Amino acid sequence: MGLFDRHAGLLEAYRDVRTTGYDPFQIRMERVLSPTEAIINGKKTLLVGTNNYFGLTFDPSCMDAAIEAIRAEGTGTTGSRIANGSYSEHVALEKEIAAFYGKKHCMVFTTGYQANLGVISTLAGPDDFLLIDADSHASIYDACKMTQAEVVRFKHNDPGSLEARLRRLGDKPGNRVVVLEGIYSMLGDSAPLRAFVDVCKKHGAYVLVDEAHSLGALGEHGRGLCESTGVIDDCHFIVGTFSKTLGAIGGYCVSDDPDFDILRVTVRAYMFTASLPPSIVASVRQALRVVQARPELRTQLWANVATLYDGLKARGFTLGPEHGPVVGVHLPDRMTAIGFWRAMLDAGIYVNVAVPPATPNGVSLLRCSLCAVHTREQLEHMVEVMTGIGRQFGVLPAQPELRVAGAR
Amino acid sequence: MLVSATHEMTVANDGMIETFTRTREISRAEVIREICHHLAPYQNGDQPIVGDTVIAKDLTIDSLAIMDMVMELEDRFDVSIPMSVIAEIHTVNELADTILDLSARG
Ligand SMILES: Cc1ncc(COP(=O)(O)O)c(C=O)c1O
Repeated sequence: MGLFDRHAGLLEAYRDVRTTGYDPFQIRMERVLSPTEAIINGKKTLLVGTNNYFGLTFDPSCMDAAIEAIRAEGTGTTGSRIANGSYSEHVALEKEIAAFYGKKHCMVFTTGYQANLGVISTLAGPDDFLLIDADSHASIYDACKMTQAEVVRFKHNDPGSLEARLRRLGDKPGNRVVVLEGIYSMLGDSAPLRAFVDVCKKHGAYVLVDEAHSLGALGEHGRGLCESTGVIDDCHFIVGTFSKTLGAIGGYCVSDDPDFDILRVTVRAYMFTASLPPSIVASVRQALRVVQARPELRTQLWANVATLYDGLKARGFTLGPEHGPVVGVHLPDRMTAIGFWRAMLDAGIYVNVAVPPATPNGVSLLRCSLCAVHTREQLEHMVEVMTGIGRQFGVLPAQPELRVAGAR
Repeated sequence: MLVSATHEMTVANDGMIETFTRTREISRAEVIREICHHLAPYQNGDQPIVGDTVIAKDLTIDSLAIMDMVMELEDRFDVSIPMSVIAEIHTVNELADTILDLSARG
């Protein structure tokens, strides 16, 4: 058997995808113009699939901070914090994130993926139990492959399903660690966090929440779902990323646990990879300040969510269950999703296409993510474009329903 | 008769049902019937689903759908099957035996 033979099924699916013309997994942004526009295939394209929720990738204050840091401290750290030591900026960033959440400790990682991978796989050891939501991100699933704990999935966003699994553990010794996400990355739905926390309290389980898509978007200060549901103190570990709202790259985990710092010498995804370069740390520190100083970005983001979500809903599209910075548009199958995606790109709009096995319940989706600096006109235009393509693909009824004003 | 007894208990005493369902013996045939019911939509042509059917290979079900089916079975039989154990299960019989085994250990 050849090395690649076991991927035969995937290769075939991938070939199908490419027959549509463009390859969604090899899109080239020839030039990025702003948080919301890029040149793709030689054409100016509206970006509605980049997780750039506050549009901070081009924030002048963040860019200046990064440039200054490069001049002062160079382009990279050339090693891990264990080997090469921490720069003062790493330590300052950790202090600021901890303070942002009102938690005692923070550890910064080189990506959010590594934060989840390292923290989750290390927190739960042999004889412990990890309970994860069925729709968890790949980084959480990969952590489960590395852990020695027993891993059980519960039904997505279903506290009753979690409770049944905690109850079944009975009085078996071992810690219980429950892993949740603030906002889920494919359909933009948020967890019933308070109900989950109640169940965890009742059964003495630790709670870890990944706020990757909710940082900035939720809560009065933008701390995420843990803030908007009033349970920060009950979340033992909060994980997040710098790669979305904060417009850079990196990940973090905060906690009040007095022994938290032991993770610095036990989490391999922290110990054996180079630390974030000074420029990134500087832009993230500034972005965190912007998030706190400009709550209007959150207001604009949600106004944009409403424009896109309500617009598509009114036209008859099937969407994720609630408003969220991610709007998932359901399509009947993989090939329709890919064809639709490509037609949108031809029309100058970039979104993500998500197909099984990367999606929950085998659904095929166009995954749109909104940005605070999208204009209303851009999004209304997008609704029009999608409605046209939807009719063309038979996803929406071919004839618009005649709504004659004043009839009868 | 056990099943109808369970229903009566539900009405009489909510707290007892948990103990009761856990100690109630489930039959192997019942478990296999339930598994086959869940797998029916993934049948390959008219090849019947039997105890030796290799779930991931002989049927059209993908790995995520297998895990989702397992979650349904977990709730039906009130057991939890760790992911590492699921990964080792190949056939319908093996799945049934795992459920029975976990259920007996309750
Ligand atoms: C829920 C969730 N957690 C973690 C990550 C990983 O973040 P990063 O891009 O920083 O590796 C992502 C993003 O891909 C995500 O969606």
